[in-house]
Amino acid sequence: MSTRKSLVALLLVLGTGVALAEPPNLGRKISEADVKQWDIAILPDGSNLPPGRGTPQEGAKVFAEKCAMCHGDQAKGGVMPFYPALVGGQPLTNGIETPKTIANYYAYATTIFDYTRRGMPYNAPRTLTDDEVYATTAYILSLNKLIGENDVMDAKTLPQVKMPNRDNFILPYPDRI
Amino acid sequence: MGTFRRPGREPSFDAVAGNGLINRRALLGQGIALAGAAGITGTTGAAAEPLKDEAWSLAFGEVTPALQTPSRFEKDVTRALSNPKGEMRNSHARTPHHLLNGTITPNAMHFSINHCGTPDIDPAKHKLVIHGMVKQPLEFTLETLSRYPLVTRPHFVECAGNSAPMFSSAPLQAPAGMLHGLVSNAEWTGVPLSVLLDEAGIDPAAKWLVAEGADAQFLDRSIPVKKAYDDALVAIYQNGERLMPGNGYPMRLLVPGYQGNMNVKFLRRLKAVDQPAYSYFETKNYSQVLPGGKTWRFHFLMEVKSFITNPSLGHSLKEPGFYAISGVAYSGNGRIAKVLVSADGGKSWGEAALQGPIAPKAFTRFVMPWKWDGQPATILSRAWDETGAAQPLRAEFVAQRGQTKNPVATPLAFPNQHYNSVTAWGIDNKGEIKHVYA
Repeated sequence: MSTRKSLVALLLVLGTGVALAEPPNLGRKISEADVKQWDIAILPDGSNLPPGRGTPQEGAKVFAEKCAMCHGDQAKGGVMPFYPALVGGQPLTNGIETPKTIANYYAYATTIFDYTRRGMPYNAPRTLTDDEVYATTAYILSLNKLIGENDVMDAKTLPQVKMPNRDNFILPYPDRI
Repeated sequence: MGTFRRPGREPSFDAVAGNGLINRRALLGQGIALAGAAGITGTTGAAAEPLKDEAWSLAFGEVTPALQTPSRFEKDVTRALSNPKGEMRNSHARTPHHLLNGTITPNAMHFSINHCGTPDIDPAKHKLVIHGMVKQPLEFTLETLSRYPLVTRPHFVECAGNSAPMFSSAPLQAPAGMLHGLVSNAEWTGVPLSVLLDEAGIDPAAKWLVAEGADAQFLDRSIPVKKAYDDALVAIYQNGERLMPGNGYPMRLLVPGYQGNMNVKFLRRLKAVDQPAYSYFETKNYSQVLPGGKTWRFHFLMEVKSFITNPSLGHSLKEPGFYAISGVAYSGNGRIAKVLVSADGGKSWGEAALQGPIAPKAFTRFVMPWKWDGQPATILSRAWDETGAAQPLRAEFVAQRGQTKNPVATPLAFPNQHYNSVTAWGIDNKGEIKHVYA
């Protein structure tokens, strides 16, 4: 680095503490393939959904075995007050404290898949296969009458599920995005 | 008693507002040198017992420990727990603001919310990956991040659900640390996120970063790239020491002034993408139902707010006379510009002294001298920030945001999010303090 460049770098560090003329470049170069196991975020347009499929009937079996212990029979809740029901929901016009549910609130069905795969079961995250996650998601959507009892959920169909509350959101600060 | 007056700056004990509020200039800048204080309190030294040496002065003291902890007499100054039995659910620990002072929250007292427990992370094995819409995916460790030129700034972190009991249709009786304990303020040290994004070469079409933690839910939030380049940090120190486990050890995202949940703890991954992920937490918890059923999403900003910590519920005034009303003010927009205090329930207001230096998106402590006459009083504070944004009065706030149909029964409830209206404390003629709406 030339003296002048060093000086510029130093001044930038001292002046703002944020900008370096020459970055330290201490990150190790990796490839997307290296990140594959971690790369679990699903986007609402279906980007990054994995291969696989599942139906409500298949999901009912997974749910009874691995989910109902907390969320209750047929996802009706009632096991412990802090484990929510996953079916039903009051209209949001009932008041500002109305509990937000999949049926009355979620804008995208991909959120259910994403959260189930990253965090459920609560006591054993990342243990469901992708097919099981598709099936469980299909089962919950079917219980809420958001898809048919025989509909298959996969990377193509899941993002197409129309959630009833999708157009009910407002951005209070659009210029911050 | 000496009287210290600065030339040309006569301290004034004139009332500046009703019910005993005194001009803040009486504080002479530093908030302690009160000329004629004895005169305004009217307190005279009661006949005292002759002074004698106490037992602790007459014996060799305790061994100096490696890691010091507060005096045993301060054992009740702790965080309040939402899940003390450790049930398998989320757990909150609230900062006891009514028992603290200054602006920096001690690390042991910093609020913490964990949705699936606190992971036990080995810092030698933890990795942070930046990938997605970038030229070159990169992996960082705590060791490599520690070699960067680090910046240090004070910032508050506030849960979007802080003060949620204030949505109650009737005032819930709980101290400031329970009503407002999900905000804390620390000096954070870390690497500006813009430096790391530049090294990875972010695609201009990438508008969002999905930030993800290494906890058992891989908690993730969508962060605007705009914010990442504004003032975001990957923080690796908290008040000079490594992060507390409950605050994100060994590294967390810091997005100053934005919802606490966005300051993703145990940060392990930043993926540059072209659309927000609508993750569980931004879909459900951290968006707000408005009266009428519409909803605010991607609210992000923690708006200007203040509350009085002293005196407040849990304290009592022992006798009429001089008191310093004090509390904290902060805004996600930037610096605090002004705090007004009322002692008559909002009928009249006086400007409080602000203790500097005033940092953006950080706690500022305000102090207001007050002479309590022993009669009922209602004290409250209201803050403005440097953008001109005002903390809303309760009536204004409720008109826009609503309140619950029935009174909220517990300070642990979250009927809604983003409450930033005023907090009032009602003092009766015995000096007892209650939470009231004014």
